[in-house]
Amino acid sequence: MKVKFERRGAASARLVALSRFLSVLLAFPITSIVFLAYGTNPVKALVEIFGNVFGSWFGICETLVKSIPLILCGVGLTVAYKAGIISIGAEGQLLVGAIAATWVAIYSGVSSPLVLPLMFILGGAAGAAYAALPGILRAKLGLSEIIITLMLNYVAQNLLVWLVTGPWKGKGEWGFPQTDKFPDYATLQAIPGTRIPYVMLTMALLSIAVLYFLLFRTKLGYEIRVLGDNPDAAKFAGMKITRLIIASMMISGFMAGLAGVGEVAGIQQRLKRGISPGYGFTAIIPAWLSNLNPIFVLPASILVGGLFVGGDIIQISLRLPFGVVNVFNGTILILLASSEFLVKYRPVLRT
Amino acid sequence: MSSPVLNIIASAISDSIRAGTPLLLATLGEVYTEKSGVVNLGIEGLMSVGALAGFAITLQTGNYALGLIFAALSAALLSSIHAFVCVHLRSNQTISGLALAMLGMGLSSLFGKPYVGLPLKNNIRPISVPILENIPLIGPTLFRQDVVVYVSIMLAIALWFTLFHTRYGISIRAVGENPASADSLGISVSIVRYFCTVLGGSLAGMAGAYISLGYTPGWNENITVGRGWIAVALTVFTFWNPLRSLVGAYLFGGIEAMQFRLQPMGIPPSMLTMLPYIATILALMVGTRSRFRKRLGAPKALGVPYEREE
Repeated sequence: MKVKFERRGAASARLVALSRFLSVLLAFPITSIVFLAYGTNPVKALVEIFGNVFGSWFGICETLVKSIPLILCGVGLTVAYKAGIISIGAEGQLLVGAIAATWVAIYSGVSSPLVLPLMFILGGAAGAAYAALPGILRAKLGLSEIIITLMLNYVAQNLLVWLVTGPWKGKGEWGFPQTDKFPDYATLQAIPGTRIPYVMLTMALLSIAVLYFLLFRTKLGYEIRVLGDNPDAAKFAGMKITRLIIASMMISGFMAGLAGVGEVAGIQQRLKRGISPGYGFTAIIPAWLSNLNPIFVLPASILVGGLFVGGDIIQISLRLPFGVVNVFNGTILILLASSEFLVKYRPVLRT
Repeated sequence: MSSPVLNIIASAISDSIRAGTPLLLATLGEVYTEKSGVVNLGIEGLMSVGALAGFAITLQTGNYALGLIFAALSAALLSSIHAFVCVHLRSNQTISGLALAMLGMGLSSLFGKPYVGLPLKNNIRPISVPILENIPLIGPTLFRQDVVVYVSIMLAIALWFTLFHTRYGISIRAVGENPASADSLGISVSIVRYFCTVLGGSLAGMAGAYISLGYTPGWNENITVGRGWIAVALTVFTFWNPLRSLVGAYLFGGIEAMQFRLQPMGIPPSMLTMLPYIATILALMVGTRSRFRKRLGAPKALGVPYEREE
């Protein structure tokens, strides 16, 4: 008797959900082995991470702080991925969004009531423009968006470093590579007792609804989905492929740009190195974990956001490096890639 | 030309070669992986793991050759996960590669913690080639390097020859171009892809170990500082040709080495760090103009899982 794998037709939603759930669940025993190999009691480490993250008011609030940029980048990425465009560029788009917002806050000379709206508009636009470039190169020249977005992340990162160590370096910052603090009218209020900017929380939740509506209830969303499922069919139906690719990239970039504005205006209140511990890069996980459905980006982002907070906590309590978070993320992602197999193929017993 | 000027040029080229060597090793590996049709975006993680394994083993044994071997083995092991996911599970190579990058960086950060900042006595040191080292300009740049530099140059030539002038190379390229017809000719697509992915991984591991053992001896989290991504870019930048990778790696190595020289002249290092990434984008834009397209060398089945029709 032999087990063979046959291609399935369309997989049921339940099977997809099950495979995603199993990917996350299996990550625990696997990372436990890693903890054991390092000589840390895995149960103690996991309790330390998740007990503190999801079991305390502080942990929950901090998880939300870190989930917000993941949600914004994640829902944006679902749009690009739905169109079949594999963007890895949310990190760079987030950073240019933050840079644009910083320019508005400190250098534009715009007076107070207009500053915040303008920061969001320009920040989002900068992210969208930065995402349009790989979109255009992909649509017009057929260049791999994977490579281009990856490269642009590093360009943005170095641009930011150049700004905060050079022309934008703050006057009163004792040589730290960061800008001056934003004026009060250019910062976002946090919910009292937390670091959660309520504007960003609203925006993140709203973006889930808006992008769900866009993807599943509008003509543009329909065309994006057709393009991703079957590019030939999209071409045959007379859809404007070039415009669809660029539009889906720009939506994705706009969301990442907003996340960048939120980080500088809400959390850091200045531009500096390390405003993002890899939110845009890590947002790939919630996007895929959600099976490209904006609604499920929410729980997936909370999980990954919780891991970020857990990483901070065990750095102090167990003296483990923050890199542990990457072990978790990498394991979840590799299991996620592997689980695609079960979604695509069914085992068949043959005698 | 006066000798001080010659000396400056010689030391600049020599620095470029040293800085380019980890890029070269990793790129050579990725060229083979991609030529067989598999994209491995996990190079950064594989290099980190190799850098740590190489450092830890050399510290314990005092033998950097053992360090390099274990670096290659550990990264080969990690890349075999990627090979399994790509070849047997026929899953998304981009996601699996990114996962590998995260996993490798995470594992090396965790297990490297006890090694942070420890001094290394038996690091890789330059070995001068007698007689040849006295040739003006060429001697000090090429013949006062360390053994990894010499080996990696020979490796680039050997891998180029194998890829384009031997039966094995034809098999690899056939699998990357058209796996179905390679399969019908009796070439095992799975074995070729496994082999190339694991070979690519082990070279990335050695590339990492060269950083921690020779280029900047020591271990620190994030020691590879993005070189793995540059290697992925270089693979495309040099159009999947090991000999061009040799030139490309030293060019990008030169940009890296220049940072330290140009910084005192007021040119910010971040501007120079940006260059390889912009250069790759521009090269891709120029390279895909139709008149170059034939010579590009991009494998047609790159990133596409192979499934036999039954």
